[in-house]
Amino acid sequence: MDVTMRIRRYNPEKDKKPYWATYEIKDCEPTNRVLDMLHRIKWEQDGTLTLRRSCAQGICGSDAMRINGRNRLACKVLIEEFGERPKIQVEPILGLPVVKDLVVDMEPFFDHYRSVMPYMVNDTPAPVGADGQPRERLQTIADRERFDDTTKCILCAACTTSCPSFWANGQYIGPAAIVQAHRFIFDSRDQALEQRLELLSDENSVWRCRTIYNCTPACPRGIEVTRAIGEVKLAIQKGDR
Amino acid sequence: MAALYASRSVKVAVVSKLYPTRSHTGAALGGIGAALGNEEEDRWEWHAFDTIKGGDYLVDQDAAEILAKEAIGAVIELEHMGLPFDRTKEGKISQRRFGGHTNNESGKPVRRACHAADRTGHMILQTLYQQCIKNNVAFFDEYHVIDAIMAGDRVAGVVAINIADGELHVFSAKAVVFASGGWGKCWETTSNAHSMTGDGASVLFRRGIPMEDMEFFQFHPTGLYPTGFLITEGVRGEGGVLLNGRGERFMEKYAPKIKDLASRDVISRAIAIELREGRGVKGKRYLHLDLRPDTINRYLAEAGETRRIDAHYIETKLAETCDQARTYAGVDPLSEPLPIQPTAHYAMGGIPTNVNAEVIANAAGKVVGGLYAAGECACVSVHGANRLGTNSLVDLIVFGRRAGLRAAEYAKGADFAPMPANPAREAEAELNRIRTANGKTKPQVLRKKMQSTMQDLVGVFRNGPDMEKALGIIRELRHTFKTDLSIDDRGHKFNTDLLEAWELGSLLDLAEVTTFSALNRTESRGGHAREDYEKRDDANWLKHTMVHRQADDSLSVEYKPVTITTYQPKERVY
Repeated sequence: MDVTMRIRRYNPEKDKKPYWATYEIKDCEPTNRVLDMLHRIKWEQDGTLTLRRSCAQGICGSDAMRINGRNRLACKVLIEEFGERPKIQVEPILGLPVVKDLVVDMEPFFDHYRSVMPYMVNDTPAPVGADGQPRERLQTIADRERFDDTTKCILCAACTTSCPSFWANGQYIGPAAIVQAHRFIFDSRDQALEQRLELLSDENSVWRCRTIYNCTPACPRGIEVTRAIGEVKLAIQKGDR
Repeated sequence: MAALYASRSVKVAVVSKLYPTRSHTGAALGGIGAALGNEEEDRWEWHAFDTIKGGDYLVDQDAAEILAKEAIGAVIELEHMGLPFDRTKEGKISQRRFGGHTNNESGKPVRRACHAADRTGHMILQTLYQQCIKNNVAFFDEYHVIDAIMAGDRVAGVVAINIADGELHVFSAKAVVFASGGWGKCWETTSNAHSMTGDGASVLFRRGIPMEDMEFFQFHPTGLYPTGFLITEGVRGEGGVLLNGRGERFMEKYAPKIKDLASRDVISRAIAIELREGRGVKGKRYLHLDLRPDTINRYLAEAGETRRIDAHYIETKLAETCDQARTYAGVDPLSEPLPIQPTAHYAMGGIPTNVNAEVIANAAGKVVGGLYAAGECACVSVHGANRLGTNSLVDLIVFGRRAGLRAAEYAKGADFAPMPANPAREAEAELNRIRTANGKTKPQVLRKKMQSTMQDLVGVFRNGPDMEKALGIIRELRHTFKTDLSIDDRGHKFNTDLLEAWELGSLLDLAEVTTFSALNRTESRGGHAREDYEKRDDANWLKHTMVHRQADDSLSVEYKPVTITTYQPKERVY
C-alpha cells in the first residue's frame, strides 16, 4: 500500500519557524509501523529528517510523538490502523521546546522526574541467611502487586505531554513524575513515605491534576495513570499508603 | 552498575549517546540467573558448570565461577536497591526455569532465573539509574563517544560529541569503563535496538585493542516473525513449546533430555534445520512457539508435573510477550501460537578483559592502565562460544560491579595521564570528512548490503566459500564508506544523519572482524556452526581468538589459552 506522511519539520539552523512537509511512500506493508515510515523517508528521501528512536519495540521510550493528534510511540503504531490508503500526520509531543523536527528538549521532563526522589530509601540492615550472607527483604505477593502497574513506566513522556495542565504550566511535575513517585510510595519496602507525601503535596504537584484523563489513554504501556495519581492524592489525605 | 559502585568513592560521569533508561538492557526480559535456591535446591557450582557447558567449553572457568558465585550477592543487592522482583508465597524472590540451567545431579531444568514479570532488564536499568540519581552521579546524556584518548599504555579519557549542538568535548579521566553494548545491527534480522552499533568496541579496536572471539555471535531461537524482536526464553521456562509446521514438538529429537530448554545455539540450529528441510509453518520461514494454557498444561501432564497454569498466569508472568505478540504479529498468544524465527541477539566476543574487568592489550594479558570494559561489549570470557539465557544480566551486574570498584581503586591511586596535544583532532577530522563527503553512496545502501550479507553468509550456519565472499563484500563496503560516501544533513545541531553514518562505520569494522574470525576458526563450537567443519576440535581450537588491526589496515590473529579449573571438556548433550 502507499502512504502519505505529513510531518512537522523544523531545523534551527535553517528555518525561522516550523512548517509542514508531505512525503509519499510506496509499497508499504500493512504491518509496517509509523517508525518504519519515518525511516524510509530519512533513508530514501531526506536524510535531514530528525527523530529519536532506539529499540523500535516499545520498551526504550525514545520515540513518543503526536500521531494524528494522539501521543503514541512511533514504533508501536501499525499503519494498517489508518485504513487502506493511510494518511498520517506526525508532529513533536507538545509542551516541551522543539530542538529539531520531531526531537524535543527532554530536560524539563527529566528535571521533574528527578524531583520526586525516584529511588528506594531503606537504610535498615538487610536480613541475613543461615549462611551469614545477606538475603532479600521479604515482600508478599499482594504487596508486590500493589505497585506493579507503575513499574512499567518507560519515561517516554507521552502522558505528561498530553496533559493540558502541563501545557498550561510547565512547573507542574506532570503525570509521569507522579507515576514514578507512586511506584515508591506504594512499595512496602520503602521507608521515606512521609517525605514523599510531603514532596507530592507541593503546589506544582498532584493537586495540579484536574483529572482530565488524557494521560491514561496516552500511555503506551497501558498504565492506569489517572488512577495512580488519584491513589497518591488519597495517600496524601490519609497520610499513609 | 559500574558507575554506581565507583560513585561510592570517586567522582563519576556517565557519558551516553542515549538517555540512560533508553539502553537496550531494558529489552532483556525473562530473568537474571542466580543460585538462590528459593524454589528448589540449587548451587552456584551448578550455575558455573551450566555456563561452561553452555559455552561449549570455550568459557574461562575461573570467570564462570566468579560469575555464578557473585551472582547471588549481586541479585540480593539489586533487591535491596528496590528492584521489584516477583515473589514466592514466602515473600522471597521468585525464580523460573531457563534454557541450559540445570540441577547437575538429575540433569533436569532448575528454577534459577530471578525475574520481575518479563521485564527484568527494564527493572534493572531503572533501578540502577534511580540509585545513580540518589548517589549524585553526573550524567552527560546524548553525548556520543567517538574516540578513546590513549597515553602510552594507559587511557587518558574519551572524545564525545554533544548531539544537541554538535560540539566536541574532551573528557579527561583517570579511569574509563566501557559499557557500550553489542553490535547486532550488523545483521538484518535482529532483536537489537537501532543503537546497538558497537561504537565502544570499534573505538577501542581502532586504538589498538584487539577483539576477542568475534566469531561467536548468538542467534536467539525465538525472534518474532517477521520483525525479529525477542520473545523471551521465559516463555519456554514457563512451559511453552516449539512446534514445526506439522505440529511436532521437534526439540524432543534434538535434545531428548531437556527439549525446549536446551541452550540457544542448539535450538537455533534445530530450527534452521527444520526450516531447511521444509517443515516451516505453511511453507514459510517460521515455526511456532505455543504458550496457550491448554498446550502447556498438556505437556506438563505428560511430563508428570502437577503444576497447571491458566490465562491470567500467562498474562501477568509474560505481560510484555503478550503485548508484543498482539502489537507486532497481530496474534493473541492465549489463543494462537506465535510465529518465530532465529534472530541475531548477542555478542559473546568483544573487548578482551581479565576477571577484574581490566582491558587487556594482547594474548599475554598485558593490562591497559585505567581502562575497563563490562557487559556485552566485553569478553571476559564467561560466555565462551554460546551464552546461556539470563547470563547477560548476570555478567553486567557482576563484572559491572567489579569494573566500577577496580576503576575507582585505580583512580584513587593515579594522577591524570598526560593529555596529548589536540586529542580530538583525529575524531574531528573523520567526523568532518563524513559531514562534507561528496560521494555518491548513501549510508543506507551500504548498511542494507552489510546486513543482508551478514544474514545470508555469516548466520546460524556458515561455510568457507560463503564467508570468503562475505569478507570481500564487507571490505568493499568499507572502502566505499571511506571513499564514496554522502549524507544529506551537513548541519551541526542534532545531526542524526551524520551519527548514523558514524555508527555504520563502527558496524562495518566489527562485521569485518566477525567474518574474518569466523573464517579463521575451522571447527564448529557453540554459536559458530560450520558446514565444512562440523565437529568441535579441542586439539586445535580450545583457545580464544584475538584479532588486531594493523597499521596498514590488515587484520592479524593471535590466540589466548582457555582457562580450565575443574571441568575437562567433554561432548555436549542436552
